[in-house]
Amino acid sequence: MAELLLEARGIEVTYGNRRKGGVKVLHGVDLHLARGETIGIVGESGSGKTTLGRALLRLVDVSAGEIRFGRQVITHLDDRAMRPLRRRMQMIFQDPMASLNPRHSIRQILGDPLLFHGLARNAADAEERIRRMLDRVGLAAVVLGRNPHELSGGQRQRVGIARAALLEPEFVLADEIVSGLDVSTQAQVLNLLKGLSRDLGLSMAFISHDLSVIRAVCDRVVVMRNGRVEEEGDCASVFAAPQSAYTRLLLDAIPLPEVDDTWLKEPAPA
Amino acid sequence: MAERRAETSSPLSGDRVHQSLWSTLRRDPKVLFAGGFLLLLVLLAIFAPFIAPKDPLEQDLMLGTLPPAGGSGYEPGYFLGTDDLGRDVLSRLIYGTRIALLVAFIAAGLAALFGTVLGLLAGWYGGLVDIVISRLVEIWMAFPPVLLSILLVAVFGSGVHSVIAAIVIIDWTRFCRVIRAETMGQARLDYVIAARTMGYPKLRILIREILPNVLPVLVALLSLEMGIAVIVEAILSFVGLSVSSDTPTWGGMIAQGRQIIYQGWWVLTFPLMALFATVLAFNQLGDGLRRALDPVLKR
Amino acid sequence: MMTPLLSISGLSAISLRERGAPILRDVSLSLARGEVRGLVGESGAGKSTIAKALLGILPGTVKVTAGEIRFEGRDLLTMPQKDFRAIMGSDIALIPQDPQTALNPGRRIEAQLTDGLRLRRGMDAKNARERALSLLAEVHIRDPERVLKAYPHELSGGMRQRIMIASAFSLEPKLVVADEPTTALDVTVQKQILRLIRGMQEAHGTAVIFVTHDLGVVAKICDTVTLLYGGKVIEAGPTAAVLSHPRHAYTRALIAAGPRYDRPDAGLEPVPQAVFDQLQAELAMPFSSEMNHG
Repeated sequence: MAELLLEARGIEVTYGNRRKGGVKVLHGVDLHLARGETIGIVGESGSGKTTLGRALLRLVDVSAGEIRFGRQVITHLDDRAMRPLRRRMQMIFQDPMASLNPRHSIRQILGDPLLFHGLARNAADAEERIRRMLDRVGLAAVVLGRNPHELSGGQRQRVGIARAALLEPEFVLADEIVSGLDVSTQAQVLNLLKGLSRDLGLSMAFISHDLSVIRAVCDRVVVMRNGRVEEEGDCASVFAAPQSAYTRLLLDAIPLPEVDDTWLKEPAPA
Repeated sequence: MAERRAETSSPLSGDRVHQSLWSTLRRDPKVLFAGGFLLLLVLLAIFAPFIAPKDPLEQDLMLGTLPPAGGSGYEPGYFLGTDDLGRDVLSRLIYGTRIALLVAFIAAGLAALFGTVLGLLAGWYGGLVDIVISRLVEIWMAFPPVLLSILLVAVFGSGVHSVIAAIVIIDWTRFCRVIRAETMGQARLDYVIAARTMGYPKLRILIREILPNVLPVLVALLSLEMGIAVIVEAILSFVGLSVSSDTPTWGGMIAQGRQIIYQGWWVLTFPLMALFATVLAFNQLGDGLRRALDPVLKR
Repeated sequence: MMTPLLSISGLSAISLRERGAPILRDVSLSLARGEVRGLVGESGAGKSTIAKALLGILPGTVKVTAGEIRFEGRDLLTMPQKDFRAIMGSDIALIPQDPQTALNPGRRIEAQLTDGLRLRRGMDAKNARERALSLLAEVHIRDPERVLKAYPHELSGGMRQRIMIASAFSLEPKLVVADEPTTALDVTVQKQILRLIRGMQEAHGTAVIFVTHDLGVVAKICDTVTLLYGGKVIEAGPTAAVLSHPRHAYTRALIAAGPRYDRPDAGLEPVPQAVFDQLQAELAMPFSSEMNHG
């Protein structure tokens, strides 16, 4: 089996004051991700999938459990200790408008991280890398002088992907990155991401509520419900023969673009 | 172009923001009008000695309470009439812009500076920093402002420095509260989380990522505060707590005009109109600037 | 043939903000009593604009330049305001996209659900309450007494959408406009809501205009479908025919672009540039009635 890159064991996350009885949103979740592997994390609202993703990146603190990145335990590293790891673990956001600073130009949004992490020696070097990446993600160089609100939704999401990929990370967390996009744009963005992850040998955690999208891009899938893992396994086997009743329910609820008069007549899910 | 910018401190800042800001402002008649009016006031204040037709302090009891142009008994040269001591109202109005604008810019600027810094810190760092600053603001605001300003004048003596100090000490809380709330709102947005995933230090995120997005609110607030400062100065002048009576101020003129309102309505009316127009202009400008500076609202 | 309940013909609209850019281009469609028609398209297709024009809630930046919207033979666009208001809410009702903001957060469900019954149907408070209770039961809300007393924030998203459906059907309208009513919901809740809308529609014989971007949803709930692009009708017809034998290359491309969990190797095919080129060419043409069937 390939080398393990990211591993979470028994992680719990509690929001609010623990002593006053905060709300526990993750109840001991295990997750492992090999180098070059793409894992899908699926669940409905309140399943804890977004919190799990943010815990993996150390954006929310875990109250129990352990997170390992490479050979390092990162569960309780402080900001300063996390800093060199930040380049190696990146994130692409659901809402590309909200995740790009509205007052920065695209040049600044893509260039600042390169300079900060010392991947570019100077602005000219950064500019060259940025232009190459823009070409890779299918954006024209004219966008560099623009601000996020001057781009279309699809273009903004390409900028979000470019920002993550420019740092040459080993792990990328993609949180519902196509849920706000049109179908035709969604196909382009997903294909782009698949290509990039293959070329760069990325490991990816792909969070989505859409099992069809997960099936299209992931090797393995984790089905979450109420802060717990409901089912986990290779996409091929989970989709062909789901073990959990909840997974079956999720699959049955997806409307496929085929007329089927019986679909709405089935008994109501509990 | 990028190479040239590399020498400046922020090597990658875009230039389009500034271009589009100006082009937006240019299309907004409200901003143009208000901005033009305020610019005119600034010029009047700076070049008062060259513009004012008379010496604002020169008394001539023979020429007391002359009506403005068009009235019966109008004396050529005294375009807006004279007060009961025979001083030229127009010249006093022009000299009055000096104190009004001085207080507006310095007092509002300093209040904004203190309030914004504390508001940013409280909103971004949270925890103990927030608790300390927020409690301070709450206690501060419970203190009656009029009493505070009278107390200040009693301690420091009357004069423009006391007026400025009073406004700064009372009104920094206004900035602090709004900027704190705005910062907390911004901190929840994904672009700030994106900055955290880049590993940027907290202070850098505050200054380079959040501050520019708080700016539109700050500018609007600052402009409003300038209007408020002009009014506060006028009030303190009116009750005689501001500058000494030999410096012309709008508030002082209003106080004086109130006493002779039946003999000469113009002594009261013109400074009131100046005050009104100035405060309105500051408010309009703030509103327009906020809209022009906000990249999302602008569309 | 019976006169249709709703007949939109030659509807064109422009955006005043973007220098008169066309938003709707000569849109025609008709709807029989009891029919469910999907309005489907990607963002900017004009599907929501049609719904808003129909409901008389177009934003001030959009101007209708031509065409008519006939409801039971009368043009909604030109009738007196008073008549229009009498039809709205009573004969034509809306199920909104976001039940979160469509309910007034400061009023109890009872007040919001009985307003129309009392004001438009002249019911007294007691009768209106009885009717509201039976409506809530009809949309499968288990504890209607408790829900009537609740404020919107005390209910889940699915519950709120059920209440919006109850409210839309409360005055027995002839036409319900559903504007992406399940976009904000989880898939399992979406299925329940789709089933509910279909069930209510069948029980009351109501016609529905169902606005959505999801061809899967169209397949499951709509009898007929109108596919739009750039404000123009690209293809229209019975749902089964359009989805299994699409005539336009864009329809075929959209179907191929959507991923499917049951066919991991199909789907995710980007819409070819040639199709967009063809669409642009068609948008530039002043008229092409050939496409506008049904």
